[in-house]
Amino acid sequence: MVAAKMEKSPSDLLTSSGISSVFKSLKLKTKQQEFLIRVTILGLIYVLAFITRLFSVLRYESMIHEFDPYFNYRVTQYLTQKGFYEFWNWFDSESWYPLGRIIGGTLYPGLMVTAAFIFWTLRFIGFAVHIREVCVLLAPFFASNTTLVAYFFGKQLWDSGAGLVAAALIAICPGYISRSVAGSYDNEGVAIFALLLTFYLFVKAVNTGSLAWALASAFGYFYMVSAWGGYVFIINLIPLYVLVLLITGRYSMRLYVAYNCMYILGMLLAMQIRFVGFQHVQSGEHMAAMGVFFLMQVFYFLGWVKYLLNDPKKFHSFLKITVTSAVGLGAIALGVGTASGYISPWTGRFYSLLDPTYAKDNIPIIASVSEHQPTAWSSFMFDFHILLILFPAGLYFCFKRLSDATIFIVMYGLTSMYFAGVMVRLILVATPAVCLISAIAVSATTKNLTQLVRTKSKPAPGGSGKGATSSKSSSKLCLKAVAERVKMSNATNAANAFELIVYHVPLVEGSLDQSPPFQKNVAIALLVGAFYLLSRYAIHCTWVTSEAYSSPSIVLAARGAHGNRVIFDDYREAYFWLRQNTPQDAKVMSWWDYGYQITAMGNRTVIVDNNTWNNTHIATVGRAMSSYEDEAYEIMRSLDVDYVLVVFGGVTGYSSDDINKFLWMVRIGGGVFPVIKEPDYLVNGEYRVDKGAAPKMLNCLMYKLSYYRFGELTTEYGKPPGYDRARGVEIGNKDIKLEHLEEAFTTSNWIVRIYKVKPPNNRW
Amino acid sequence: MAALILSFLVFSISLLVKTSLSSPSDLQILHAERQLQKFVECVLMGSIILQQVENIGDTPTSEVLLAFPPAQFDHLALVKAAVTVGKKRKKSYVPLEVNPSEQPEAPNGTKFYAISLLNPLAKGESTTLEILYILSHSLEPFPVEISQSESQFVYYHDSAVVLSPYHIKQQATLFKTPSNKVESFTQVEPTYLNGAELKYGPYEDHRPYSYYPIIIHFENNHPFAVVEELEREIEVSHWGSVQVTEHYKLAHAGAKHKGVFSRVEYQSRPGASGVSSFKHLLAMLPPRVHSVYYRDDIGNISSSHLRTSSKKSELLIEPRYPLFGGWKASFLIGYGVPLQDFLFESAVGERYLNFSFGCPIADTVVDKLTVKVVLPEGSKDPSVKVAFAVEQSLEKKYSYLDVIGRTVVVLEKKNVVPDHNIPFQVHYKFNQIFMLAEPLMLVSAFFLFFITFVAYLHIDLSLRK
Repeated sequence: MVAAKMEKSPSDLLTSSGISSVFKSLKLKTKQQEFLIRVTILGLIYVLAFITRLFSVLRYESMIHEFDPYFNYRVTQYLTQKGFYEFWNWFDSESWYPLGRIIGGTLYPGLMVTAAFIFWTLRFIGFAVHIREVCVLLAPFFASNTTLVAYFFGKQLWDSGAGLVAAALIAICPGYISRSVAGSYDNEGVAIFALLLTFYLFVKAVNTGSLAWALASAFGYFYMVSAWGGYVFIINLIPLYVLVLLITGRYSMRLYVAYNCMYILGMLLAMQIRFVGFQHVQSGEHMAAMGVFFLMQVFYFLGWVKYLLNDPKKFHSFLKITVTSAVGLGAIALGVGTASGYISPWTGRFYSLLDPTYAKDNIPIIASVSEHQPTAWSSFMFDFHILLILFPAGLYFCFKRLSDATIFIVMYGLTSMYFAGVMVRLILVATPAVCLISAIAVSATTKNLTQLVRTKSKPAPGGSGKGATSSKSSSKLCLKAVAERVKMSNATNAANAFELIVYHVPLVEGSLDQSPPFQKNVAIALLVGAFYLLSRYAIHCTWVTSEAYSSPSIVLAARGAHGNRVIFDDYREAYFWLRQNTPQDAKVMSWWDYGYQITAMGNRTVIVDNNTWNNTHIATVGRAMSSYEDEAYEIMRSLDVDYVLVVFGGVTGYSSDDINKFLWMVRIGGGVFPVIKEPDYLVNGEYRVDKGAAPKMLNCLMYKLSYYRFGELTTEYGKPPGYDRARGVEIGNKDIKLEHLEEAFTTSNWIVRIYKVKPPNNRW
Repeated sequence: MAALILSFLVFSISLLVKTSLSSPSDLQILHAERQLQKFVECVLMGSIILQQVENIGDTPTSEVLLAFPPAQFDHLALVKAAVTVGKKRKKSYVPLEVNPSEQPEAPNGTKFYAISLLNPLAKGESTTLEILYILSHSLEPFPVEISQSESQFVYYHDSAVVLSPYHIKQQATLFKTPSNKVESFTQVEPTYLNGAELKYGPYEDHRPYSYYPIIIHFENNHPFAVVEELEREIEVSHWGSVQVTEHYKLAHAGAKHKGVFSRVEYQSRPGASGVSSFKHLLAMLPPRVHSVYYRDDIGNISSSHLRTSSKKSELLIEPRYPLFGGWKASFLIGYGVPLQDFLFESAVGERYLNFSFGCPIADTVVDKLTVKVVLPEGSKDPSVKVAFAVEQSLEKKYSYLDVIGRTVVVLEKKNVVPDHNIPFQVHYKFNQIFMLAEPLMLVSAFFLFFITFVAYLHIDLSLRK
């Protein structure tokens, strides 16, 4: 220390200059600055994606909000308590009584294993968190991770600017938020991350031809397969993409390496998931990938032969023979496989994607789910907002700069948009593509505009030749940008667009040949416009998240007479009652929507649940609900039912109750048991519950259980007793007598009603 | 339960010379007066006044025995005794020590409590004792099952006379039922029923261990809220707060609900339907309580109200559904209180936590209470001071960022009534330095994280050059 001081003290001058140099070196270089800004923005986006999904937790509580995720939660609890092997071999006797369900073999374990892994890690490093917290916050966490993937994907497709914009767009896009708010502990939460990761890694592998990236994408695919049934989209899109590249003559060694490695390894890995098993080689939905795989080999082989022969004529004849025989072989193999039953045909779900009307006619159980309905235009606008307009613009940019990567994103965008149109829930799959493509549009436009603004300011005083050319090119860009603006504004604000065209276009035109004084202003105005649009997008997204996607379906909230919030916590009231006050082995019959919740929250055995794997069993329940009481009693006796649970909204005006779902029960029941006929429940094709209702309707089990003693209750001032607020009518059968069932519990707002099935009468 | 306590008291009226030399009959009691009434919902409180407990033996005695039938003895939650000093207006009570006592030759398995007198009674001397005891679970619902519209009736079993190892010259028992509806009662002449008051006696000259079983059958619509299990976890953090978490297993221990539960009737005729059921409970929490929560296994229970004032906090909790006979509900209440209100430093440099022992919910019995005091990581030599007998043990708990685990003092007690709601103390030694351990761990973890980043950015790991 002293020596150092001694050395320093004589050379004071030197030291001071040294300090200043240190300061200089501390000052960041432009590149470093840019890096710092990028990392900061990404960090902020990461945080934003997480916190914007917390509305429901802050407003309500840290809990699982939806119907289906309760199963995932229950399974995760089992996994963390009993360990992986127990979980993998779990036979659950609490659902699908008396059949039971092999949980390990009938689910995608990715979500649960991820949650359990995070839970164990946190525990290991000393954070005593509860598994519930992990489950609740898993979806936001993975949404944050998705923004990172989106950034790298965008960078791969276009540039890092597009990547940043893509990350920002996807962080708050309602289409994605709808499935990834805190408390929605569903497969999609991690699956979108896995989907995008797989695509990104595959595109990276195609771009670099690196085996390592291809391997990584195979693992990404494996994770996706383990997490969600939507992996079928990947295994069909990637072959389609490869096919398109082959057709457009973009076949390369990089593609060969990437696809083969990804397909073979991905397939082998995917087979480790028991639920998927041998589907990759046995199911019709996966055959496209295999076909393309063989096609790749033929292609490669042909290329090799062509190289060896070095004679176009010979090669041509060889080509004919090979192609014919290869196609023939493939067709025969497929035909034999299908005919012999080795290759299973396409499933109903797959069909209903290709033909939106298929489910309606053939599989009522799929059609009965609201999220399987075709998408309305309004929900596109709701979920995408300006992205819907930016999407075509982005496609335009992609086509302008066609590369292997942009072809991929274009295909991803177009196919997923089609699927989003077929089914509401598939908007989710389209969201990343839409965000990426829109990000390209936004990034390219604003980049051009800012370049224009900046280059203009420098050469303006000098007026050199260089400045002139740059201004020329930039004005072109500006024109392009104006065109973009016009496109964008068309849908959002017609007046604004008009203004743009009237004022700005002539200015730009004029600026083409003479160095224009307004060009910079135009660019600035356009930038401001873009900023305005994007900020509208942010406001819209936040509003949608807060209003539409953050209210739990398990706790219902309404505004009271004094503007205060009234909470209807009836579901949990009923489930907890079941849990505490019924025998441990009681069997509960309800419509399948509530199955997962009854097992998870009520801890009781159910007849059917949301895993709708056995249509006949569900139809039996549907039949019981739509029969007369004594017939239903026979069915319930045969199923060992102890309690029947129905959901009823007549007192509160809650419209998604069992009476409104009843026609689906009739349809599904009638699909298997022709004794149940839909017209018996309708009057002139009309569904009613009042005096004019069909007699069968007024006396079926569901009607009786829903309205039992409801006729004595006055629900609304000035209305007769027995006035159903959900349907706005006075009920038709007020004198309901139950013979084989008795009311066991009704929640405080009557939303859930539970009946006990009486034991049979003594025979003597 | 109450009946048990009652008879116990009766027994104890007679004075017993503790020394093995003197037999129980060395004491005699001139006048015994017993009174039984409702204490809280399903708990009876009995009091016995023993006037003129006189030593008629030769040796001085310092112990008076209280006898209880074995069934009643198991339900005794608390027995207190006091000696009256002074006369009439200047009368004051001096509490005496009461301990369970074994008497091998007692008939019919009678159980005893021994009251230790302040001064031994010499021959011919007499004293007056007042005894208070609390019986939980001593009311037996009958009929065992009732429907929603019926009232709840209960049986109470006891003896018409005070069970005692001593000779009692004159005695009487007054039984106050909670309502005027007494269905039936055993007659042991003279017996009078006057409204809600049932009087047995006066009886003259009953020999030791006299027992006349009686059954009283009366209406009791008080909800029998019983906490079957309560686990209180009191976590002390020297960073400024004491966090309390209480796990309840609540049950309605009255007549079981039978058949239909009709919401229509429950809503429209609150007076006539489900009269013995209950909807809410009141928990008395310490003042300055913060971050209170009330939830169960499946989430938050939204129906609760907290009223705070500078002296007390009241938490009105409403289980998810009204509790009918036999129905159960489990839930948990958690809250934080400021550290300075409960943690003190003793003269020897030790710290001690001063916290109330019992259940904060008013008017309930706790069948099994476990109090766990989680001391900060690194605290040593815990010792407990409780005013009554409890089972003690030690545990380890690992919470956020714990390395060596926290010491947990576990106290267990059965049959706890509101009278047990008195403070207890846990003394321990703690070095302030340990407070810094966890923040330092976090700081170093972040430091390492940034260092790795800096290192990563400055080291070129690529193989190619």
